[in-house]
Amino acid sequence: MAHQEGSQVGNRRAFLTVMAGAATGVVAGGIPAIVAAQKAPSFPKGTRLNVLEWVSFVPASDVEFKRLAAEFGKVAGVEVTVDQINMNDLNPRIASAIETRSGPDIIMMISNWPHLYADGLADVDDVAEEIAKRDGAYYEHNKKVSVVDGRWKAVPLCSVPSTWAYRDDWFKEAGAAKFPDTWDELRKVGTELKKKNRPLGQAFGHSLGDPNNWAYSVTWGFGGAEVDDKGKVIINSKETIEAVKFTVAFWKDCLDEGGLAWDDSSNNRAYLAGTISATINGASIYFVAKRQFPDIAKATNHAHMPKGPGGRFYNIGGQGRAVMKYSKNQQVAKEFLRWFMDRPQYDKWMAANDGYVVGPTPYWEKHALWERDPKLVPFKEASKYGRWPGYPGPPSRKASEALVKYILVDMYAQAIKGMKPEDAAKWAESELKKAYA
Amino acid sequence: MARRVSPAASAVPVPVVVAVPAARRPGGLGRLLEREHILAGVLLTPALVILTLFIAYPFVLGIWLAISDKVVGRPGAFVGLENFRVNLNDTIFLRAFQNTFVYTFIATFFKLALGMVAALLLNHHFRFKRIVRASMLLPWIVPTVLSTLAWQWMFDATFSVFNWMLLNAGLISSRILWLGDGTMAMGCLIAVNVWRGMPFFAITLLAGLQTVNPDLHEAAEIDGANAWQRFWRVTLPLIKPIMLVVVLFSMIATFADFQLIYVLTRGGPYSSTHVFGTYAYEIAMRAAKLGQGASISLSLFPFLLAVIVFQLWYIRRSD
Repeated sequence: MAHQEGSQVGNRRAFLTVMAGAATGVVAGGIPAIVAAQKAPSFPKGTRLNVLEWVSFVPASDVEFKRLAAEFGKVAGVEVTVDQINMNDLNPRIASAIETRSGPDIIMMISNWPHLYADGLADVDDVAEEIAKRDGAYYEHNKKVSVVDGRWKAVPLCSVPSTWAYRDDWFKEAGAAKFPDTWDELRKVGTELKKKNRPLGQAFGHSLGDPNNWAYSVTWGFGGAEVDDKGKVIINSKETIEAVKFTVAFWKDCLDEGGLAWDDSSNNRAYLAGTISATINGASIYFVAKRQFPDIAKATNHAHMPKGPGGRFYNIGGQGRAVMKYSKNQQVAKEFLRWFMDRPQYDKWMAANDGYVVGPTPYWEKHALWERDPKLVPFKEASKYGRWPGYPGPPSRKASEALVKYILVDMYAQAIKGMKPEDAAKWAESELKKAYA
Repeated sequence: MARRVSPAASAVPVPVVVAVPAARRPGGLGRLLEREHILAGVLLTPALVILTLFIAYPFVLGIWLAISDKVVGRPGAFVGLENFRVNLNDTIFLRAFQNTFVYTFIATFFKLALGMVAALLLNHHFRFKRIVRASMLLPWIVPTVLSTLAWQWMFDATFSVFNWMLLNAGLISSRILWLGDGTMAMGCLIAVNVWRGMPFFAITLLAGLQTVNPDLHEAAEIDGANAWQRFWRVTLPLIKPIMLVVVLFSMIATFADFQLIYVLTRGGPYSSTHVFGTYAYEIAMRAAKLGQGASISLSLFPFLLAVIVFQLWYIRRSD
């Protein structure tokens, strides 16, 4: 037993030495150097690592992730398996894993999930802080959603921002040489576009991403917020009411009336079918256009969320990867995350994503892929303006409750359906007070 | 010992003597099993274990969760009826409550009415009767998620095939947003539920119709009863027990429906189509509040129990 433990420690040391060498020497040698430096399996034979991931909207991302996982398996002498499930199924899977104390060793975390599941997650301070020391400080939203009560509960992995995808040619025809920089300017151009039967598109239903992207970003952009930094509900403010009034006017003047019935894929389809001229989305519209509708891809560009009186904001929760507290392989799991986030590996994974994901630190703004296609630059910059649900309060469980009840989204949706903006804000206040009670 | 019979001699019936082992008194276990109440207990045990593991335990756990402040990853503490008090002050819960009843009662009414019409039609002899009867079951057989995705396309705000047909037929001048308005969306959900559940009614009622003795119809006809009177006075009373059982099953399933609504609207727009199932899922799974979510789910229980007790009592009384 003592011998086994000793050999395990020895092997781990060897592995860590390789890792440390990799951290400094990878630029020159990359993965082959690590593999070449590997003398023997670093963990006891039969060690397994199970990673639970979503099915990415960019298939190449999954392929590369699995390839890297297998690579790590070889380097560390560990049998790595990657399971993938739909994003919608992650919550119940995580809940059951934590409650039964069994399941994957590493699980993908989206947005503020580390706060929701903090009690079931191991601390990963060492890995998270090591990355920050090497690559520079994390973007604020990546850090906020991953740190719970001063402890890192997930290693920030990336963000998947949504910017405006728009038809450059149609905007020019409507008199906009470039995409408007403020919400008011966008409304003017949008009005012209809708007159030409080329409305903008935005979902206001109950799908996971798009409706919230509008609701939170626009509220912040006009200076409103659901709570203050101490968690006190402040939604019923002059600023929020202005945001709601603006949205109602924007709906009438600029948006496709289908939005209340849309889910997260409706705007993709409408844009690619040429029935809308712009919409807030991840880079997936552009990727599909490049593959299937080259003319649309050629005419498509991306732009930042416009500024409002309160500034420019994106609702970006970010993604992290958490090591589960019940896992017997926490050390291996951490080593995997440390290795994956190291530059040679992460560089490849980010390249496979082709602009769909943004790194968790500004270091990755220097990635070569941003030079290849300037149309993707707004994605690269979006994280600077990224905020989390519940901002400026903490991304807590309460913020999650407000999110899953779609309180902000429904405040806008009800106003669009005819409720007075003041009443909509009052309704949201009463619901938020219950969620934040 | 058995006597061997040669094949040549087999033409003549020969009494075969089979050696029967001397009757032995059963051993200890055998003696125990001979007692009826012990044998009954042994035979019932597997079913009891299965019921306890898969029905009683989850149910009791559900009740415990509903009266606790359990969240994922933390042990829950007893909070009494606090979760239910919170629910009663929650406008989305109250909306889901109302929606669940509207959805269940309207959908069940139409499933019964249309199912009965279909069953009466299918009870006649016509060409390709079997193929029609079998194809009738398709909506019920296809996995709900798949068929609902097809409906999602048909209700799509931009590409709805219904809108395309209505626009081309000149019946509407602008597209209808099927899922864009609370009332309209609820109507669509009910329509899809009826489409999916009606075959179950039709086939079950058809089975009931086939047990009705044609002589009774003939006798009623001779007595001058018209088709409606024959249906109302003869057919309906005879198939009432089976009808009530189908309604009972369907109401339970419709009360607890989840997939169809979650795929089509996720409770939107503006929480206008949430039912207990979808709202409980959002709170328990996406907000990780297992206790609160269980209390939303459990709110269904008293009503389901009342429906079941009433219907079973009614069926028994009819018998």
